[in-house]
Amino acid sequence: MVMPAKKHLVGAHYGLADWLAQRVTAVVMIAYTLLFLGVVAWHGGLDHGAWRALFAHGGFRVATFLFVAALLYHAWVGMRNITMDYVKPLVVRLPLQGAIVAALVAYAGWTIGILWGGR
Amino acid sequence: MAAPSRPGPRPVYLNLLAIRQPVPAIASFLHRVSGALLFLVGIPAALWGLQASLASPERYEAFRAFVAHPAVKLALLVLVWAYLHHLFAGLRHVLADVHVASELGPARRTAVLATVAALALTLVVGVRAW
Repeated sequence: MVMPAKKHLVGAHYGLADWLAQRVTAVVMIAYTLLFLGVVAWHGGLDHGAWRALFAHGGFRVATFLFVAALLYHAWVGMRNITMDYVKPLVVRLPLQGAIVAALVAYAGWTIGILWGGR
Repeated sequence: MAAPSRPGPRPVYLNLLAIRQPVPAIASFLHRVSGALLFLVGIPAALWGLQASLASPERYEAFRAFVAHPAVKLALLVLVWAYLHHLFAGLRHVLADVHVASELGPARRTAVLATVAALALTLVVGVRAW
């Protein structure tokens, strides 16, 4: 791969890592989706008690958190690509990407609160 | 790769409304649209829904009543479509990475397949939800 003379400050840093991460996180999400649909189908729909019991299970909490973490990283790569394609001025792109990262980090915190916070 | 020297600026004709897009371009465009939709609406909606449904039996019932509203159901169905299209279109990329269906002919067919399968499954979910 030919490296550009100057790296772009808010580019993708020309790495293979994010391309691979997009695939790995997708596989994690597919696995969780199948697990989730399987559990719901197994129960034949869940009332509030069964729903709560499901999310009280430590393993399921961890699986859910892994799914959300994969989702948030995947969303970052995708949203960064969108800003790189359509938002050219640095003064707009940088704050926009900052806002996206802030939202994703906030979602991660929210998820931890839902999964492990006291109810 | 060295670009061949060009005699001058080439004509650019990019009226998106006048160009008839090939099917893979449509599938690709919808992949991006569905992804943006899932980020902007899907993630916060899913987290809010999870929080509300787990909070208490009363809020669980209120949540069920909320998502039973036809307008909300329709909006959720759009998100279901976004999830399915993004999933199937993503699988196409993974297949192309390992050189499966990466030639023009097969790529066109998988683009049709992914787009139609997402719409068909969304329809099935919609029929079941109503």
